[in-house]
Amino acid sequence: MKRTAIALAALIGSGTFVSAETVTPDNVVMDEYGSIEASLTGVAGDPAAGAEVMSSRGLGNCVACHQVSALSAAFQGNVGPSLDGAADRWEEAQLRGIVSNAKMTFPDSVMPSFYKTSGFIRPGNAFTGKAAEGALEPLLTAQQIEDVVAYLATLKE
Amino acid sequence: MTTTKLLKTAGLVAVLAYASSASAQDDSQLVINGEIEMITEVATQDYIGGLKTAYSGWRFRNSDMQAMQLDDFENPAAIAVDEGLASWSKVDGSEGKSCASCHEDLEASMAGVRAVYPKWNEEAGAVMTLASQINNCRTEQMGAEAWKYDGTEMTGMEAVISLQSRGMPVNVAVDGPAHDAWLKGEEIYYTRYGQLELSCANCHEDNADNYIRADHLSQGQINGFPAFRLKTGGLVQVQNRFKGCIRDTRAETFKPGSEEFVALELYVASRGNGLSVEAPSVRP
Repeated sequence: MKRTAIALAALIGSGTFVSAETVTPDNVVMDEYGSIEASLTGVAGDPAAGAEVMSSRGLGNCVACHQVSALSAAFQGNVGPSLDGAADRWEEAQLRGIVSNAKMTFPDSVMPSFYKTSGFIRPGNAFTGKAAEGALEPLLTAQQIEDVVAYLATLKE
Repeated sequence: MTTTKLLKTAGLVAVLAYASSASAQDDSQLVINGEIEMITEVATQDYIGGLKTAYSGWRFRNSDMQAMQLDDFENPAAIAVDEGLASWSKVDGSEGKSCASCHEDLEASMAGVRAVYPKWNEEAGAVMTLASQINNCRTEQMGAEAWKYDGTEMTGMEAVISLQSRGMPVNVAVDGPAHDAWLKGEEIYYTRYGQLELSCANCHEDNADNYIRADHLSQGQINGFPAFRLKTGGLVQVQNRFKGCIRDTRAETFKPGSEEFVALELYVASRGNGLSVEAPSVRP
């Protein structure tokens, strides 16, 4: 029953749908180095979905700043380090922590925090330039974070 | 002279002379119309802590785009400059005056003005931008309505006034009574706004010359404003550009003409003190 509900949540893939297993941004347990041990959803990440999130401008758009040779997305940026071989350098928990809130691992990072909903200065209503109304959604859903982590875990050299 | 040429060339097409390559650190020379030598690289002042050398945004553009600024025959801002020139001598408001009624000759009266704005205005007790000074003239001297701060009329007028300083070094004052505003601008420059938590410095100081997808990040220098943006096909007012940048951090922006943006404009201008006034420039 519970599995069905979780599977349904994954299918719906909605940012507003929070299953009983989903850890909300304010309840993420992070260690002192910025790692997150536990899955945010309890549902295994889908690497193919993660690759899509990383490539799409309307989703994570990770390739805006990072080069990933295995992705076909055009015009990959160089603001951040290349992610080739990321899985050789980082454990899954570290990757989950960096994708969720990189500043807890790298204090001076310019990387946006993809699973965080509070503590911003003049937060806006998406890209309208107007003030945010009500609670903010994280930039990626919990499952999208898990999908990205699953994809990153495939990047071995 | 340069105004005349930019006006005459509106709508005409000439053969492009392509520059070689485009990277901030190459030694491309910007010489407009074969005669105005522009400074596109200069050592910054000591008060700019995070930046040793200022580069004009022109240095970050590809050779096709650079070429559009080499000759006024190629500069698509010519039409807006034409409109700005027309409104310079157009009577408006209750006093029956135009800009020319008081300032007379455009070239003689406006040479060097753009280079020192924003600047402190004693009477107003505040830092004023070129745009706020233009509106002050309109409401206080002409009895006319203020223009929209970043609207077409304002931007065209800024362009035609800026053109009289083209090639002169930017030289805004950061000390004296303007210092408080300058400090406020500096603070804004380094504040990480919005849900993406990005400051001006994160992109334009820490990552100038890097790429965000296809966007080649410049230093965000404003010596070329108002700039003709190919993306929007029109002249863009500098504070309108600030607004767009802050919006893109998923933040609530400040308004063009606000105290915050005036302070930011003064500070960002000072990061490019010594670069040539380049307006109207051509940018992506």
